[in-house]
Amino acid sequence: MALKTETMVLNMGPQHPSTHGVLRLELEIEGELILSVKPHIGYLHRCFEKHAEAMTYPQVIPYTDRLDYLAAMGNNFGYVIAVEKLLGIQIPERVEYIRIIMAELQRIASHLVAIATNGADIGALTPFLYLFRDREYILSLFEMTCGARMLYNYMWIGGLSHDIHPDFVRKTKEFIIHFRPTIIELNNLLTFNKIFIERTANIGILPIDTAINFGASGPVLRGSGLPFDVRREDPYSIYNRFDFEIPTGKGLVGTVGDCWDRYYVRVLEMEQSLRIIEQAIDNIPEGDVHSAIPKRIKPPKGTVYARVENPRGELGYFIISDGNLNPFRVKVRAPSFVNLEVMGELCKGHLVADVIAILGSLDIVLGEIDR
Amino acid sequence: MYQFLYDLIGNEILAGLLVAVVPLTIILVFALFGIWLERKVSAHMQDRLGPMRTGWHGWLQTVADLMKMLQKEDIIATDADKTLYNIAPVLVFSGSFAAYAVIPFSSKLLGSEVEIGIFYVLAISSLVVAGILMAGWSANNKYSLLGAMRAVAQIISYEIPTALIVLSMVMLMGTLSLDKISQMQTSSFWNWNIFGGAVFGLSKFLLIPFMFIAALILFISTLAEVNRVPFDIPEAESELVAGYFTEYCGMKWGMFMLAEYGNMFAVSAIIVILFFGGYQSPIGYFGNSIGVQWLVPFEQGFWFIAKGLTLVFVQMWLRWTLPRLRVDQLMTVCWKYLIPYAFLNLIIIGIISLL
Repeated sequence: MALKTETMVLNMGPQHPSTHGVLRLELEIEGELILSVKPHIGYLHRCFEKHAEAMTYPQVIPYTDRLDYLAAMGNNFGYVIAVEKLLGIQIPERVEYIRIIMAELQRIASHLVAIATNGADIGALTPFLYLFRDREYILSLFEMTCGARMLYNYMWIGGLSHDIHPDFVRKTKEFIIHFRPTIIELNNLLTFNKIFIERTANIGILPIDTAINFGASGPVLRGSGLPFDVRREDPYSIYNRFDFEIPTGKGLVGTVGDCWDRYYVRVLEMEQSLRIIEQAIDNIPEGDVHSAIPKRIKPPKGTVYARVENPRGELGYFIISDGNLNPFRVKVRAPSFVNLEVMGELCKGHLVADVIAILGSLDIVLGEIDR
Repeated sequence: MYQFLYDLIGNEILAGLLVAVVPLTIILVFALFGIWLERKVSAHMQDRLGPMRTGWHGWLQTVADLMKMLQKEDIIATDADKTLYNIAPVLVFSGSFAAYAVIPFSSKLLGSEVEIGIFYVLAISSLVVAGILMAGWSANNKYSLLGAMRAVAQIISYEIPTALIVLSMVMLMGTLSLDKISQMQTSSFWNWNIFGGAVFGLSKFLLIPFMFIAALILFISTLAEVNRVPFDIPEAESELVAGYFTEYCGMKWGMFMLAEYGNMFAVSAIIVILFFGGYQSPIGYFGNSIGVQWLVPFEQGFWFIAKGLTLVFVQMWLRWTLPRLRVDQLMTVCWKYLIPYAFLNLIIIGIISLL
């Protein structure tokens, strides 16, 4: 006679060390085996989109900082591009260059957190601290520029809040020199560590067609092997002037689209970001970063959609203007929100420990998911 | 040591109690020191300083933490099985504490002269498993339960390679007494078991590679038995919050902590005794050369603790370098690699010792 058995439901989060914020995962498990994963979101909902309707256009910018709080520069970037498109204004060259340098520095900082937390979830705590140490360099560069370390409110419609510090160029070059060896160190310590590969290779394989069907973007999509990058496909700002590669998952140690591929795409992207910064840093033209900022921002009636490549994927802003001082509607296409949806597909048939590795490799930020 | 104290005091019970207090003092002092060392080792590996404010380089930090733990409110979940919940930390702690009874710190500092010392250590440290299972079950928390399941599966599995290696050493040395095993490896490091022991001729050289393998297997499997990274899956803080002691707080949690650090040194001590000459000095005794005999036991104590701490340091070093394995990979390492190699090693060492 067979014993009557029941599956166990395990609530992982919202208070859990590695759900990256306040995500709640409802795991149905049998022993250690995952039968189904249901993400529950909304613990960090702040009504951003509704708030935006009551604000004037420039007042929305500080709120965008708080969407993906690990990549606030990118959020600013997307929003100001959308509004500038609506206004139809020309931006000074200097502003474009500084914006791109900031966005790429932010991408490195954000990927550092993603890589560090992915490693820490798997138990490697030392790389975590090494990478946060290097992230500090970038944060102090930002602090030097605009006084804030995390939520910058730096990119304004038509310009920037502050010009760069006279030391900025020198310090950024110092950072690049300092940072390249760190990537090698990271690869030695974590990326090609046997145990790390055992834990991430062939785990959470996301086939390319599933990734496309779910609308995944960013490293999650590129990890599956599709070289899709908004910076290349739909160049915004002045990205078409720079030479950079789009790394994709190759299945170097496992299958294409596994956790290790998503992880490694981020490592390679940091290198590409450094290349873009190197190309931009010496060519910043002279000029005034405030010259193109309109006194009164009142866009004409119409709709606009602008998208940028944020560290987590394609960040889109859809804005409807009814010709007033505040937007009629702001809709954000948050990459983390879309990427999180593949979670249920990826976790089936894996063990509890793998859920952590998979979640870490998706690199979600709850501020963006819940908005 | 009991005999010495008995002669000194002349009271059986008092002498027995004093003998029991010695390992307790050692384990407490070591746990305090070990936690401080772990903090400093991890800090310096991670480009930090670690605790610096409390005392010289923060050496009072663990004492302060202990004070805090003692003062904390003892919270027990409403649905917990209170009896088991309260017994579990005591059981886990006494398991690791009792192992110290037979560990010879020097030829004079030996809690109890048991003829079957190594067997006793293996047996008594299995108490820990019962304690862990109790803790995980009684807390009525799913994370605790998962952690306890993992811990029990892991510790029981890894006892097999440990036992096989210990068996091969016992076969070679012909005794189960830890003190006698230590005594046999006397006079120079060339006589340590890792270098084939105090025998001469061909068999010594044949033994050396297999001794290295045996020491390595024993180190790996004891690492798993004390739940250290990369085998810390029962506690896996990023997956199971804190594993089987998720629900514990205050001094009961402190008991698990003390037991963990106590175990770390205990298993290091076993490896030191079996392979690295126990309390024997690698370079001869200073006390002997200047003719002060009473200095020798102190020197032995120093060497034993120094060797033990070196291995503890290696455990910490690994912890702050490596990621964590998954539960099935952990079992694979044990059943597919360690046990067959340990068994093969046992047979080969047996054949060589017959030569």
